[in-house]
Amino acid sequence: MSGHSVEEIRQETRKYWVIFVALVALTVITVGVSYLDLSESMHITVALLIACLKGGLVAAVFMHLISEKQAIYAILLLTVVFFVVLMLGPAFGRWGSTGVV
Amino acid sequence: MQIPYNVEARPDTGLYNAKLGIWLFLASEVMLFGALFSSYVLLRTGDPGFMTIPHEIAEHLGVHEGTLWSDELNVPLAFVNTLVLIFSSVTMVMSWASLKLKDIGKFKLWMGLTNLCALGFMVIKTIEYSAKFSHGLFPSSGNFLAVYFTMTGLHGLHVVGGLIVNSYLWGPGSKMWKTEPERFTNRVEVAGLYWHFVDLVWIFLFPSLYLL
Repeated sequence: MSGHSVEEIRQETRKYWVIFVALVALTVITVGVSYLDLSESMHITVALLIACLKGGLVAAVFMHLISEKQAIYAILLLTVVFFVVLMLGPAFGRWGSTGVV
Repeated sequence: MQIPYNVEARPDTGLYNAKLGIWLFLASEVMLFGALFSSYVLLRTGDPGFMTIPHEIAEHLGVHEGTLWSDELNVPLAFVNTLVLIFSSVTMVMSWASLKLKDIGKFKLWMGLTNLCALGFMVIKTIEYSAKFSHGLFPSSGNFLAVYFTMTGLHGLHVVGGLIVNSYLWGPGSKMWKTEPERFTNRVEVAGLYWHFVDLVWIFLFPSLYLL
């Protein structure tokens, strides 16, 4: 996000407020859904899906990841790989102790 | 000495150096918070009593046996804090856009609002923590509270760190606008990337700890 014209920046700022409204709406939805009578796994799935969507909007628009340089994508690709390994840690831990994932 | 590539992009990365630096830092931050989230999952799935308030504490709090820890957390306050942080992300990016539009006055306004939001977040967090402490609830009270205080505490420290940097950019640091406006704009962009990351972490913390 560098070297943009004044008009492009103005358009960007309008987009920021649209994303703000979307984030507020998704926050209200995630709280609303938490009061519904669903199974625990359903609650976890829905809440994390909404959180991923919100996080994606913040990263893509506010952090300008939608139009970034290759070097940053490369760093993030590596980060995602290690993050996934980290999050799989609990599954591996249980596998080691109980024989099942 | 002139520090290279703090305005123009380095030919090999296509980025000014601070931007590459902040993304590497954020990558390490993902691993820091990722380790804590992973530990949370491990403890929650491995300990059948993780979410339940122990008998003696439930009695002390005057709640039913089998009440969940997450039911003791203040969802309305955390909900307001989520909105405060989301709003601060918009004000942060608006402060950067103001500099791109060469309007330092607007920058001061948006950055000032960002800092007020950060302060507001910490005030609400302090109210939440005080309520827990006054009920005798500490990190040592149970695994869930240990996770809750560790993760929200570390996140709170990040908010304070951002507040310090952003206050500097709002105050004395903004003098750079007169001498090196592009470099100052880049500083604000980099501080913004950090701030959005702090918002992003909270977006996952809020449902994970308060709602599930």
